[in-house]
Amino acid sequence: MEPIAVISIFVLAVFVGFEVVSKVSSTLHTPLMSGANAIHGVILVGAIIVADHSSTNLELGLAVAAIVLATINMVGGFVVTDRMLEMFKGKKK
Amino acid sequence: MSRTLYDLIGLLAGVAFILALKGLSHPKSARRGNLIGAFGATLATLVVFFYANPDSSLPLNNLGWIFGAIVVGLAVGVPAARKVQMTQMPQLVALFNGVGGGAAALVAIVEYLHLGSEATTAEVIFTVFTVIVGCVSFSGSIITFMKLQELMTTRPVIFPAGRFIIAATLVSVIGVGGWVVVALGTTPLLVLAGLSLLFGVLFVLPVGGADVPIVISLLNAFTGLTVAASGYVLDSVLLIIAGTLVGASGTILTRLMAEAMGRSLFGTLFGAFTAKPQAASDSAEERPVRSGSPDDVAILLNYARRVVIVPGFGLAVAQAQHTVRELADLMISKGIDVAYGIHPVAGRMPGHMNVLLAEANVPYDQLEEMDEINPTFSQTDVAIVIGANDVVNPAAENTPGCPIYGMPILQVSNAANVIFLKRSMRPGFAGIENELLYDPKTMLLFGDAKASLTKVVSALKAL
Repeated sequence: MEPIAVISIFVLAVFVGFEVVSKVSSTLHTPLMSGANAIHGVILVGAIIVADHSSTNLELGLAVAAIVLATINMVGGFVVTDRMLEMFKGKKK
Repeated sequence: MSRTLYDLIGLLAGVAFILALKGLSHPKSARRGNLIGAFGATLATLVVFFYANPDSSLPLNNLGWIFGAIVVGLAVGVPAARKVQMTQMPQLVALFNGVGGGAAALVAIVEYLHLGSEATTAEVIFTVFTVIVGCVSFSGSIITFMKLQELMTTRPVIFPAGRFIIAATLVSVIGVGGWVVVALGTTPLLVLAGLSLLFGVLFVLPVGGADVPIVISLLNAFTGLTVAASGYVLDSVLLIIAGTLVGASGTILTRLMAEAMGRSLFGTLFGAFTAKPQAASDSAEERPVRSGSPDDVAILLNYARRVVIVPGFGLAVAQAQHTVRELADLMISKGIDVAYGIHPVAGRMPGHMNVLLAEANVPYDQLEEMDEINPTFSQTDVAIVIGANDVVNPAAENTPGCPIYGMPILQVSNAANVIFLKRSMRPGFAGIENELLYDPKTMLLFGDAKASLTKVVSALKAL
C-alpha cells in the first residue's frame, strides 16, 4: 500500500473515532468499552492470513494460538456486550 | 474473488464498526450498534476465506488448523461470556482485551518469522511496535484481571526503587526494539516480547483499585493501535480502519472515564510512582461505631419522608438488586419519597449500577445522577448506603493528599441520618478509611447486603 494512502486512512479514522464517542453518558462507558474491545478482535482476520502462509511448525503453532485468542476476544466481546445492553431494554423514560 | 471486491467488503465492515461505535454511544441504539459491530466482524472473517493472495491459491492452507482453532476459541469465549455474573463483567472485559493484545503480538511475530530478511524497515518498525504494545496490553490486562478478581491485593503495589526499575525496563524495551530494527533476527524479537511482558506487569502493579477501569480502557485503546499496525504489515485496509477507530475512541473514552472520576489521566498512570505512603490510621479501627439492628433501621425508615438509596459494589456482590427494589417499593407504598443516587463509577466500572438496577426493573426515573441528587441530600432524612464506600467518602473533599482526593462524591453526609450496610469494617476498594462511619448520625448494619435488606423489609412490613 502507498504510505500516503495508509497515513490518510489512519488520520481520518482517528478523527472519526474521536467524533463518534465524544459525548457519551457515563452509563454507557462500560458497554462502549466492551464493544470497542470486541471490535479489535478482528485481528482474527490477521491471524487467519498468517496461518494461511505459515511454512514452519513454529509459525503455524503461533498462528493457531493467535486464532484461538482472537476468536475469544471477538466473539466473547460481542456476547458479553450484548448481555450488558440487554439490561437496558425498554428502560426509557 | 478479486482484490477490489475483497477490499470493498473490508470497507463495508469498517463502516459497520463506525456505525457500531456510534450506536453504542446512545442508550436507545446501543444494542443495535453492538449487533452491527458483530455483523461487520463476522463479514470480515468470512471474506478472508474467499480471497487468495497473489502468491497463493484457494482454499487457504492449513484450513483444518484454522477451523479447529476457531472452534476452540468459540468453545472458550462464548460460555465464558454467557455464564459470567454481572459482578464479574469488568474483569472479563479486561481478560478479553488481554487475549486480543496477545493475539496481535503473536500475529506480528509470525509475520516477522515469515518475512525474514525480506521485511522492509517500515514493516519491521510496525512489527516491533505491535509486539511491544501487544505484550504490554496482554500482561497488563492479566494483572488488572487479578486485581478485580481479588486474586491479588487491590491496593497499589509499590516496591523500593520501583520507579527506577520501571524506567530501566522501559529503556531496555526501547533499546531492544531498536536492536531488532537494526540487526533483525528471532532472538532479539523474543527478548523484546519478554521485556514487554515484564513492563506490562510493572506498569499496572502500582495502579490502585479504583483506577483499574481507567487502565483497562487505556490498554483497550493500545490493543486497537496494535491491530492498526498489523493492518499495515499484512496489507489489510480493514485492520487499519478497525484498529485506528478503537485506538482513537478508546483514548477519548479513557479520558471521559478519568473525568467522571475526577482524576487526571497522568495522575492515574504515574501517581503511584510519586505517591507517598499513606499516613497510618491504625488507631481509627479501634474507634467506636454505632451499629444497629434491622428493626432499628426499619423504624428510622418508617418515619422518614425522603430516603435516598446509594448502591455500590457490595450490592452487586450480594446480588441484592431485587431485594433493594422490594424495599423501595414498600417504602413508596408507605408514602415515602424514594430515589437512588447513582455515582458514575459506583461498583467496579462506570455504569455498573445502572446495569444491575435495570436488571431488577427499577424504574428509570428513580435513578438520579450525582449532580441531580447531591443538592437534595440536605432535605433527605435517611441515606442508605449499600455496599458503597469510596464514592461517599468525605475524604475525597476534605483530605488533600489521600488517593481519592478530588474525586466527586455523593454527599450523603448532608443527610439527617446515614445507614451503612456493610460486610465488615474493611475499607473500600481504594483502601482508604472512611470518617463517615464514625459520625454520630451514622448507623451501621453489618452482614451480607441481601440478608440484611430482607430482614429490614420484613421488619418494615411488621410496623
